[in-house]
Amino acid sequence: MNRIIILPVLVPFATALIMLLFPRRIAAHRLLGVLSTLLLSVVSAILLNSVLSGGILSLQAGGWAAPFGITMVVDTLSCIMLTMSSLIGLTTAIYSIGSVDEKQEHNFYHPLIQLLLMGINGAFLTGDIFNLYVWFEVMLISSFVLLVLEGKPEQFEGAIKYVTLNLLSSAIFLAAVGILYGMAGTLNMADLAMRLPLLEHRELLSVVAVLFLITFGIKAAVFPLFFWLPASYHTPHIAVSAIFAGLLTKVGVYAIIRFFTTIFTLESTPLIHQILLWVSAFTMATGVLGAVAQYDLRKLLSFHIISQIGYMIFAVAIQSPLAIAGGLLYIVHNIVAKTNLFYLSGIIRLISGSWNLRQIGGLYATYPLFGLLFLVPALALAGIPPLSGFWAKLTVIRAGLEAQEWLAVGVALLVSMLTLYSMIKIWNEAFLKDDPRGEDTGNRGQEYHALSSGKKIALIAPVVILGMLTILSGIWFEPLFVLADRASLELLDASIYSKAVTGGMP
Amino acid sequence: MRVLLPVIIGLLYAAGIYLILRRNMVKVIFGLVILGHAANLMIFTVGRLTKGAPAFVPEGTTNIAEPFADPLPQALILTAIVIGFGIQAFTIALFKKTCQTLKTEDLDEMRNTDQLEKESL
Amino acid sequence: MNSVILATASRYLLTLILMFSVFMLLRGHNEPGGGFVGGLVAAAAFALYFIANGLDAARSILRVDPLRAAVLGLLLSFLSTVPSLVSGQPFMTALWIDTGIASIGKVGTPLLFDFGVYFLVLGITLTIIFALAEEECSL
Repeated sequence: MNRIIILPVLVPFATALIMLLFPRRIAAHRLLGVLSTLLLSVVSAILLNSVLSGGILSLQAGGWAAPFGITMVVDTLSCIMLTMSSLIGLTTAIYSIGSVDEKQEHNFYHPLIQLLLMGINGAFLTGDIFNLYVWFEVMLISSFVLLVLEGKPEQFEGAIKYVTLNLLSSAIFLAAVGILYGMAGTLNMADLAMRLPLLEHRELLSVVAVLFLITFGIKAAVFPLFFWLPASYHTPHIAVSAIFAGLLTKVGVYAIIRFFTTIFTLESTPLIHQILLWVSAFTMATGVLGAVAQYDLRKLLSFHIISQIGYMIFAVAIQSPLAIAGGLLYIVHNIVAKTNLFYLSGIIRLISGSWNLRQIGGLYATYPLFGLLFLVPALALAGIPPLSGFWAKLTVIRAGLEAQEWLAVGVALLVSMLTLYSMIKIWNEAFLKDDPRGEDTGNRGQEYHALSSGKKIALIAPVVILGMLTILSGIWFEPLFVLADRASLELLDASIYSKAVTGGMP
Repeated sequence: MRVLLPVIIGLLYAAGIYLILRRNMVKVIFGLVILGHAANLMIFTVGRLTKGAPAFVPEGTTNIAEPFADPLPQALILTAIVIGFGIQAFTIALFKKTCQTLKTEDLDEMRNTDQLEKESL
Repeated sequence: MNSVILATASRYLLTLILMFSVFMLLRGHNEPGGGFVGGLVAAAAFALYFIANGLDAARSILRVDPLRAAVLGLLLSFLSTVPSLVSGQPFMTALWIDTGIASIGKVGTPLLFDFGVYFLVLGITLTIIFALAEEECSL
């Protein structure tokens, strides 16, 4: 049974391999991409089911016992993240059929997406810090290539910043891994959670924690380290932007949650959690302020990614069970809504011919149903009830009030208003106002109308799927909350995790 | 060695950070490479410098005679070197392509993607 | 580069270095060596040939696209994990078959994995070297 744990990594790897063996069969690539992500969704559902009924699963590669071998662990958090990555992988695979042109597909677009998913899933599965580094690199190298796949000048410009900062973060990660190994003599997360509280020389513990915080802070794009994100995320093809926006930064957030609940607890490094609180407030504020100033759709949404990361970090900083559960709900809601908004902006660009909000308009008059599809994730992002974003935000803010962090809660509420403002801005500019180019702009929407109906369906279907999920998870919020609550209890009680992996012996 | 290696690591970090702050792309690459080396050497040093036998259990026994060297830091460094090699090779190719496309190697001239209003399609 | 000595020598060196790379690959199980080093040495052999005789000559003596070699390497490494999955052992367990021939000894999945690494490193290194060599830049 435990061998199924390896499948979220093996399935995309095998798919990429088959695609690379037949590099010219583009139609087969598309089909394989959808099939592989469907299979991934099934695997994550099975994993979720067995973790909920039977507790945490672990797998020791090659049969070498933890903490000496390579360990893969699936707890409730990993399950939630795997489900999200399969969902986004699936919708992106469908969306790509409609939006990605053949030249990129010949340049290994589909295999690269699979390898990216493999890296992301590996990062969610691993129970060992060094392997986390390895999976991060797998993920990064595929994202580097995806970023410059079209070969446009601005892509190279964005890639330089993205690559440099991410390599810097890898170097810091490696140094932190080295120091931690020197202190504790182990890199297995479960083993570390048991050993760190018993450590005699703890002077360097805060240093290591800060190094990890910087590493994952760069990946997650938190306040002083986010500059690479708005400089690069709007440059690649919109399908690539969407999967980056949905999953890449969230892997950084996942690592922060994993490290600063299970391994570095509130008692062992109180300073870090104070830093996290400030970082989260500034991240929320700077992200949304950056977004308010933007008129390019993709840049506007990129800045919103940063702002939303702030809420998740805020949850980690508070560390109560309610806060962590709220943070996880926020991640789930945000992955769905944010990716959906990126898909939608790609369709807006196809219909109207521009990314710039100043130059487009009148979409509601021509496509009223499309306008409704846009409103769902936009209002969810701003936190309007009864959509998923409202409950997630409510839980996080309630946890903040219980912890009496008035200032940060105030910032969170203000940021929420500004998010609503900037969603209304998109609505007003793109949908309501008259098209500034007048009636006779001949080739407007030509690109969209030139598409075959199959491609149009491939573009709209992911938007509908994710929109439905946003609505449904808002209405049936209860089961999701129970799931997140269970995950947060597992995270805060490291002994459950350790017992499942090493048998509880330090 | 206990004194020399930390000094070397410090110098490598200093050199790496100095280089990545330069405007020239080639120097930035060298900076990143040197930072990677510094991190690898750090793992090597922090993982205890001991002269010892390889950690193989001789046939017929269940214990290793002390002193034996910890194999894990070396395995970590080896993996990190391999990954670093791949990523650096890719980065050099990427930077070269960037230089060809943008006709410049000065990082200060690559600020178009950061600008607020830039017409992009 | 126009050097008659290097061009002549590289032809013989190519075979010699390739044989050495296979030697490195095979001794890797218990002694320094292995797929990664072997692959690098093999790539160095082709890189030397390319320096002496030019890009086209190196491509034609390699016969296949280096990226194909990399895919072959990935495939071999992937196949090395299949026996453990099928036989019900933990993932990536090393499985050995004793051939009974004294000069060969045991053959197992780690060897297959090492062959995969060998071709992967060879392919990727050459892909990057050739890509860098293709167009000149004033970098």
